[in-house]
Amino acid sequence: MAETVSTPVENPSRRDFIYIATGAAGAVGVGLYAWPLIDQMNPAADTKALSTIEVDMSGVEVGQQIVVKWQGKPIFVRHRTQKEINEARAVDVSTLRDPQTDEQRLVVNAEGKYEPQFLIMIGICTHLGCVPIGNNSGDYDGWFCPCHGSHYDTAGRIRKGPAPKNLYLPPYQYLTDTLIKIG
Amino acid sequence: MSSYPGYDPKSGFEKWLDARLPIIRLGYDTFIFPTPRNLNYWWTFGAILAVILMSQIITGIILAMHYVPHVDLAFDSIQHIKRDVNFGWMLQPMHAVGASMMFLAVYIHMFRGIYYGSHKSPREVLWIVGVVIYLLMMATGFMGYVLPWGQMSFWGATVITNLFGAFPLVGESLTNWLWGGFAVDDPTLNRFFSLHFVLPFAILGLVMLHVWALHVPGNNNPTGVSVKNVDKDTLPFHPYYTIKDAFAIVVFLMVFVAFVFFIPDALNHPDNYIRANPLVTPPHIVPEWYYLPFYAMLRAVPNKLGGVITMFGAIAVLFVLPWLDTSKVRSMRYRPLAKLFFIIFVLACIGLGWAGAKSPTDLVFATGTDAATGAPVGFSFLWFARILTLYYYAFFVVILPVLGLVEKPKDRPESIQKSVLKSAPEEA
Ligand code: HEM
Ligand code: FES
Repeated sequence: MAETVSTPVENPSRRDFIYIATGAAGAVGVGLYAWPLIDQMNPAADTKALSTIEVDMSGVEVGQQIVVKWQGKPIFVRHRTQKEINEARAVDVSTLRDPQTDEQRLVVNAEGKYEPQFLIMIGICTHLGCVPIGNNSGDYDGWFCPCHGSHYDTAGRIRKGPAPKNLYLPPYQYLTDTLIKIG
Repeated sequence: MSSYPGYDPKSGFEKWLDARLPIIRLGYDTFIFPTPRNLNYWWTFGAILAVILMSQIITGIILAMHYVPHVDLAFDSIQHIKRDVNFGWMLQPMHAVGASMMFLAVYIHMFRGIYYGSHKSPREVLWIVGVVIYLLMMATGFMGYVLPWGQMSFWGATVITNLFGAFPLVGESLTNWLWGGFAVDDPTLNRFFSLHFVLPFAILGLVMLHVWALHVPGNNNPTGVSVKNVDKDTLPFHPYYTIKDAFAIVVFLMVFVAFVFFIPDALNHPDNYIRANPLVTPPHIVPEWYYLPFYAMLRAVPNKLGGVITMFGAIAVLFVLPWLDTSKVRSMRYRPLAKLFFIIFVLACIGLGWAGAKSPTDLVFATGTDAATGAPVGFSFLWFARILTLYYYAFFVVILPVLGLVEKPKDRPESIQKSVLKSAPEEA
């Protein structure tokens, strides 16, 4: 009988197993406990819910820009002049830091046509989040960010300065030719 | 006979307590600690920091009794504190100016450490705890500045939180997580308030570790020569250094209160008296003065991720300084070359601060005018900042490691006592 009663010292692998199992269960427990503590800081349900707005662009004159707020962020709605559109289309896309054609900066309306006069973008510099100044400012007649000197062209593409990307486009769709839904 | 007999509980109660919770002994050992007899006034800034930290905690708790962390009410509640709360006109600037004073003192304290080699063996852990304190101070100061919800608060918060967006892949989730939304907004303000309230207590805890780590090896001193004979080289901290520290604290507080009473807003930015507007960025955003050198480094690099890494790296390098400074001689008093490079280093830090306050396209000096436009051309702050950033890094990763190997130090005094008493009488 004596041989069947093994002490832990004689049978270290069994003890190791218990140590590891305890440690693993503990680690899983800590993880399960920590995740809610971390995730609570992510956007709350009501913050996420405030996610669509409609913008009527019929009142925006040629050469004018309005700024609306969506998800706490400024959205630029610019009614571009023909000159601005031409400038944006004359650029050799392959020379750009973040290559995009002018049309890739737009979405089609309900009939599948582009409305090139309306440029809709998130008005946040892709460098560190300032709101660029509009009205043909900067070296490329589009937007200029005063914070660290990023220049965007008339299609909101980055041309000069520290920003890595073109101004981002919000998700939006045309409800009519002059009414859009953002979000 | 030793000058440090140790705590000897006299009354019955003291003996009883000492056997159960030796707290009086702890206080005794802390204040009757053998301290080099030659410490100069650069050694008083630790005590000055401790006093301001306490002042910040006390005034902070008071401000929190009147402040409202909500985007619609925060700005007004600060005005309410300044105008309506009894003594609010004094307590609010004490806290706001106190933050600047804390950084002023900590920068002197850190430069002192670098100059006298206080970070070197056996004080590396003491130094590292200090760098952690400094990091927490930066975080605390930043979040505190957001609370009044003025234009600079908001845009400072936006720019700094966006720094984390530079990290590939996780950047966006990380910033949304920091914000609790899709931009800096009410959830951000609330969590910053919560963290700004608690971090100073974390700092307090670390300061206790800092002093503990100081009391194991004991103080360094201006000669950098270790204590060899406790009786000859040291004096008890109390009363010798309690009085020296107290004098320095009073002088420092005079500067502090001069700001509080006469120019309470001098260190703030006028734009922060404009309510935060998420749709309009002020034309020229600058952080508080104590972050300016790092801001200049951020902007010196034309790439977003590169700028962020350069900026954080400038602090990270401090963690390994004890191993980068390879010289066996602690104090730069006896290192003529290191001393020279150190002075340039201090000037470079100040220069970076200057560059941080300017727009990168501004000129340090003009060399002429552009033929086509007539605009002045010359040496821009962008290049100024680039050169100084390079020097900042070179000082740590090239100059200090190399100097330790090639520099010939001057003769050091035999002992601390000999350095003080030029003709030290021999022990009777
Ligand atoms: C809340 C902030 C801080 C407080 C209250 C504090 C407090 C102190 C005190 C009371 C001393 C002893 C007196 C003196 O040497 O001045 C000391 C020493 C020291 N501290 Fe700090 N400190 C703080 C931050 C820092 C930081 C940020 C660093 C470095 C990154 C640092 C590095 C050192 C070093 C190396 C010493 C030893 C000096 C020596 O013995 O030569 N401290 N500190
Ligand atoms: S935030 Fe626009 S250039 Fe830096």
